[in-house]
Amino acid sequence: MLNLKSLHKYLLLGDWLVLLLAGLLVCLSFLSLWQNAPAAKVQISVADKVYATYSLNQAREIHVRGPLGKAVIQIAKGKARFAKSPCNSQYCVHQGWLSKAGQVAICIPNQISLALVGEAKPYDALNY
Amino acid sequence: MLKHFHPSLEDHRIAKLAAFAIALHMLEAVVPSPLPGVKPGIANIVTLYVMCQYGFAKAAWVSLLRVLASSLLLGQFLSPGFALSLAGAGLSLACLYAGMHLPKRWFGPVSLSILAAFAHIAGQLMVVRFWLIPHAGVAYLVPVFAVAALFFGTINGLITAQLLKPKAH
Repeated sequence: MLNLKSLHKYLLLGDWLVLLLAGLLVCLSFLSLWQNAPAAKVQISVADKVYATYSLNQAREIHVRGPLGKAVIQIAKGKARFAKSPCNSQYCVHQGWLSKAGQVAICIPNQISLALVGEAKPYDALNY
Repeated sequence: MLKHFHPSLEDHRIAKLAAFAIALHMLEAVVPSPLPGVKPGIANIVTLYVMCQYGFAKAAWVSLLRVLASSLLLGQFLSPGFALSLAGAGLSLACLYAGMHLPKRWFGPVSLSILAAFAHIAGQLMVVRFWLIPHAGVAYLVPVFAVAALFFGTINGLITAQLLKPKAH
């Protein structure tokens, strides 16, 4: 259906400009939002509240109750994951281990989320 | 009351186009996605096509009817999924309304499609951030969705441009 050789015919000057700007925006979002620092803590939130923050430097299972039921969050050697969740889609479990600062696993149906936090999060003190 | 309502030809056209958009939406709902929430959004081709061909008002009808009917068919009316869909569609319609006024000489369907795709993810991420998961960590997802918006926005725009091309005789 789409003729690959004549694609440029559909792209006007402004379209190229929009493409370029959008591409730039994408690169900027990667650079500013994905840091590669290792994480030190995991912050667990239920609905709109921070439930607890745990150090990643331990092996531990945490049971958290959300609207659908109990989810199991596992911490081991600098990483954390959803080990079990009562939701249908299981996206949160399939996401697997998180180990970098800034990474998140979000379970929308059960309203529980994990966020990994680096050692030097500037506004950490506000969470307690 | 209802028997005095005579649907016009325009109404029929909107219904047909909306039905087509709903079919595309359904098709996409059964195709598995590598990442939750990342979808090509092929139903937006219909919205964009209708806007370029018949004007903004009809495109808004088609888009909102599609969101409403698809959520009923998928059994997610008034659920978070519906809110995500509506926020995405609403904000991309607003963006298309603004984009409509760009000079046509330089900005074609591809520009509009990319703008609408970014507005779509912006709307959805706002719902996620401020309602479903009020959590700064959501920012981590932004780059992934931005890449998807750029990629699928461009493809959908190209397909729309192809559909709008006057048939050669």
